[in-house]
Amino acid sequence: MHVEVKVPEFRVPQAQNQLEPANRRDRNPADTGSGGRSEGHSPVRRFLLARGNSAFTDMGFHWLMVLCALSIFGIVALIVWELLKGSDLAWANFHFGFFYKSYTDTYSGQTSYWDPVNGQFSAVPFVYGTLVSSFLALLIAVPLAIGVAIFLTEMCPRALRAPLAFLTELLAAIPSIVYGLWAVFELVPLLRVDVNPLLTRYLGWSGLFSDDNPTGLGFVAAAVILAIMILPIISSLTREVMTAVPHSQREAVLALGATRWEMIRMGVLRNARIGIVGGIILGLGRALGETMAVTMVIGNTPEIHKSLLSNGTSMASVLANEFAEAVSDLHRSALIEIGLALFIVTIIVNALAQLLVWAVTRGAPSQAH
Amino acid sequence: MGVGIEVQNLNAWYGNNHTLQDINLNIPANHATALIGPSGCGKSTFVRCLNRMHETNPIARVTGVVRIGELDIYSDAKPVEIRRRVGMVFQRPNPFPTMSIYDNVAAGLKLNGYSNKRSLDEIVERSLRNSALWEEVKDDLRKKSGASLSGGQQQRLCIARALAVDPEVLLMDEPASALDPVSTSKIEDLIFQLKSQYTIVIVTHNMQQAARVAEKTGFFLNGRMVEFDSTHKIFTNPSDKRTEDYITGRFG
Repeated sequence: MHVEVKVPEFRVPQAQNQLEPANRRDRNPADTGSGGRSEGHSPVRRFLLARGNSAFTDMGFHWLMVLCALSIFGIVALIVWELLKGSDLAWANFHFGFFYKSYTDTYSGQTSYWDPVNGQFSAVPFVYGTLVSSFLALLIAVPLAIGVAIFLTEMCPRALRAPLAFLTELLAAIPSIVYGLWAVFELVPLLRVDVNPLLTRYLGWSGLFSDDNPTGLGFVAAAVILAIMILPIISSLTREVMTAVPHSQREAVLALGATRWEMIRMGVLRNARIGIVGGIILGLGRALGETMAVTMVIGNTPEIHKSLLSNGTSMASVLANEFAEAVSDLHRSALIEIGLALFIVTIIVNALAQLLVWAVTRGAPSQAH
Repeated sequence: MGVGIEVQNLNAWYGNNHTLQDINLNIPANHATALIGPSGCGKSTFVRCLNRMHETNPIARVTGVVRIGELDIYSDAKPVEIRRRVGMVFQRPNPFPTMSIYDNVAAGLKLNGYSNKRSLDEIVERSLRNSALWEEVKDDLRKKSGASLSGGQQQRLCIARALAVDPEVLLMDEPASALDPVSTSKIEDLIFQLKSQYTIVIVTHNMQQAARVAEKTGFFLNGRMVEFDSTHKIFTNPSDKRTEDYITGRFG
């Protein structure tokens, strides 16, 4: 049986077809037959046909995007090049010793790492300070951030959820210098008067909390302020990945007779752990490079002591403090080399983090869905 | 061995929505009982009331009496204790994707602090054999994740997970509705074997399934239980007109 299929005509009705009527009348009847329509093309069709194949604009767009993408590589390459060139002099003087040597002052007989007067430079206390303050900050921030995230996703009354989440995220919007000011006027006195004496009394036996620094400045102060600064990053990411865990996973654990905490541990945290590690890495990234607030409270002394209550310094702090006042070429070059080292440390930490992510994901061939 | 379930005047709400109204029935021990009815009739809510999963939703509310064996679950016990005695299998397979097959099955026991490794191995094997999955997974118990299995295997893994804690009652909320016909028939065979040892309550959309696996069948409609009787009677000579309309396909 033959079925007649009616093809609807997608043409502008004649009555409304008032665009360039002269043109249509002039059209050669032989041309108009090509589209299967004897009266010629509609204005819309004519307009589209006149646009051609658009190859030129498409090509232009393509290369514009390539340029944008390449500019990222270009900027990174320029930074590396500038750092390498600037640190040339320090590298020629100290080689790898820059990252492990200490110097004995010929006059006082004391060990030192950083002596602009005598032209002796070593990055050891700065790398140490950056790593110690950052990891100490993680130690404080991670449990707190995960706790905040658990409360917000699993326990918080619905009405409080949005305002509390907003407040934690607002912490990330406060400028670093404001944190620094708050730390100098509020946090450091608090640590000096109330917290540090307790740490010394109860944990002093470990040697990590000696009482020889009466200022309240130092690694602990820096770590606390860093912890507050990285808390919102870690907690908001953790919250996001926890919310993404499907409800069916929670029900599966609950149906096995789990308590609320067991449900959170087995049904939520376990499924979200990869994302949580990602959040911690982001937090570490910020902690390593954080400059202003740390500079204001870490004490800025290029020395290494076992005690976490002693003054220290960090790579970013020494750059902020000394770059403008570096008189000798060697001093400036040494500072640039620290900048280079900070760059490299950040890359190493990120690589380590990737490795960590790989290690935890290895056990789970497929992710939560 | 399983125990019977006695339900008296059970009412349940979601917010202002009265989803279950005055349900009364006795579910016999060591038999399979099917609950049928159109979507939204309250049969899923009903099974979720049997292990107090219904109340995990903050807007949900329940009144009435449910006795599992001798235990009045709404007045004598906490939800956690009840769920340790009543296993549940959900509509969509929900194995733990970050755990191996072994850990998935052992999850309920590990959760409750059971740590005898030798007997854990035995329980895992027995549960997987009982859920007819052992032969398919025995070589990569610890190598493969629970999520790497096919849908039907995942659902049998979830059944093994529920069996591992040796429940007295096994609730199944449309356990085969997300599966292909071959997996479905495997699940049905499984229910057929398991019902001598456990009290099974199975919610299903599929009336043939109810007819195949269950001794007793309840028909739910609009939050009420219209009829509860032997499966044979429900499908051959129902006493209520609405049941007859439903099973003959006149609606739903």
